[in-house]
Amino acid sequence: MKGDRTLIILGAVLLALVGAGPLLPQWAMFIVTIAIAKGLVALALMLQLRAGLVSFGQALYYCIGAYTAGSLGRFFGISDMLLQMITGAAVAAFVAFILGFLLARYRGIFYGLLSLALSMILYGLLVKSEALGSTDGINILPSTVFGIRPDQGSVRHVVLIVGCAVAFLATLLVNRYLGTPLGQLAAAIKDNEIRVEYMGASVREAIHVKYVIAAALSGIGGALAATTVGHIDPDMAYWTTSGEFIFITILAGTRSVVAPFLGAMIFGIIHTVAFDISPNTWQMTLGIALLLVIVFLPEGLWSLFGRRKAA
Amino acid sequence: MEQILTVIVDGIIYSAWLFVAAVGLTLIYGVMKIVNLTHGSFYALGAYAAASFTGAWIARGYPPMLSYAVLLASAAIITLVFAPLIERGILRFMYAKDEVVIMLITYALFLILEDTIKLIWGVDPYFIAEPYGLLGSFEVGEMTYPTYNLILVGIAVVAGGGLTLLLQGTRVGKLLRTVIHDPEVSRAMGINVDRFYLITFTFGSFLAALGGAFTAPTVSVVPGLGVEIIVLSFAVIVIGGMGSLPGAALGALIVGLVRSAAIHYAPAVELFVIYFVMALVLAFRPRGLFSLAEPRKI
Repeated sequence: MKGDRTLIILGAVLLALVGAGPLLPQWAMFIVTIAIAKGLVALALMLQLRAGLVSFGQALYYCIGAYTAGSLGRFFGISDMLLQMITGAAVAAFVAFILGFLLARYRGIFYGLLSLALSMILYGLLVKSEALGSTDGINILPSTVFGIRPDQGSVRHVVLIVGCAVAFLATLLVNRYLGTPLGQLAAAIKDNEIRVEYMGASVREAIHVKYVIAAALSGIGGALAATTVGHIDPDMAYWTTSGEFIFITILAGTRSVVAPFLGAMIFGIIHTVAFDISPNTWQMTLGIALLLVIVFLPEGLWSLFGRRKAA
Repeated sequence: MEQILTVIVDGIIYSAWLFVAAVGLTLIYGVMKIVNLTHGSFYALGAYAAASFTGAWIARGYPPMLSYAVLLASAAIITLVFAPLIERGILRFMYAKDEVVIMLITYALFLILEDTIKLIWGVDPYFIAEPYGLLGSFEVGEMTYPTYNLILVGIAVVAGGGLTLLLQGTRVGKLLRTVIHDPEVSRAMGINVDRFYLITFTFGSFLAALGGAFTAPTVSVVPGLGVEIIVLSFAVIVIGGMGSLPGAALGALIVGLVRSAAIHYAPAVELFVIYFVMALVLAFRPRGLFSLAEPRKI
């Protein structure tokens, strides 16, 4: 029941955003859409965090999603953003399915370091690949939806609407997944893996599934960010990008599927405001915020909302 | 043949630099079990301090040969300002937390230090090329190298050898190994574990700053200098096994030689190959090449 209510809230908020779209200035719509893209990646990290796993390389799949979208445009002339997001998710999920056999064996710091190494491998490859624009990156074709190309004035709004719809659908599915026995295993894995094994469940399989879902979500996020910004570069796979996603996830907390989107929005606002006021100290503001949240709100900002109930 | 020689010399110089940059990270992880992302910040702090102090030293017309001592001193001074502050002021309250949470805390500190550097030194680049050219050059085969590079090799040897001697041959080293083995029992036995943590963190950070200080004359010192060092150092110490000194040396050699070979034979894979080796080691020997089996805890 509780899960349903949070989803209704998320749906209402997203609808409000979509409705308010035309009233918002272009730059605000841009920030909101990027926040939704990053929220999807934070949601992916949240899934892993619930099982006690911190990936220091989630940017790998964010970048794969973005470059899939970019390649579709560059090599096949496909600019449909829905198609880009679906393909981005599929490619990311496929890569994760292969790598998952390896990663599902790792825990703690080693899980983080291996995922970091994998994302840096992609970075190293992209930086040197001429066909994909090396360090300069490539431009994304202007977004279209179902073959229709929105005019200059409304394209941001259209991207926002499609982004919201896809994010809502994805969150709905993730919430459904978290309710299944396989999804419920996360907390048990974090608590005591060996007992989970004694219960007859396979920890490796549970983590593998989680890893693939997380990759698909990040792939969607990457493709959405790509079509929103209109340009992609290898920095999307760099470790600082992964750090940003971890920041958002920790800031928001892991209690609800809505939290990552809230976190991404707050991150976007802190980033924009702090950068505007003092471009040389916005990272410091973020760092202090992160430190305060870890020390005083270990469950994240979300714990300020719901009544303190054991999850 | 000539090219192989070049690859080896380049590789060794690069390895020495990597070792100095990474050995502090492995020391801190070995003793305190902290995956310390502020390591890159200390590298950058060292580079900036060196640029300021050495720049001023040379501008005043003091003997340029002593600028090497100034490089060393700048690393020491800047570390003494920031490292004890961070360890005593923030980190020591966090030791009870999970390894991953402490890593996130050092990430927050890294973000804060990044901007602290910009506040102190601004965003314009600094150049201090003088110490680099002072010593002339030496030749290997047909290639000419600045003699300055040998200083880094020297520092790497002294740092690695000194730390090994300290750990294996002295009373302090024995106590430190006890702390590594079991901090709680050490405390019960009357060892001042807090002091060891403070000294380890400061010294480990000093080594990072030293790496930065002696790199400063060879590059332009710009914001973001420490960002790349963090992942590179991780690659180095993960390959050898985190917390192992010989491991860090081996990791530095492997990464150094592999990268130098890649630059000469296949420039397209230069960056890729480092992290590929790191992933390969993690895949087959997750605790590094120099690791012992560890029991699974229930």
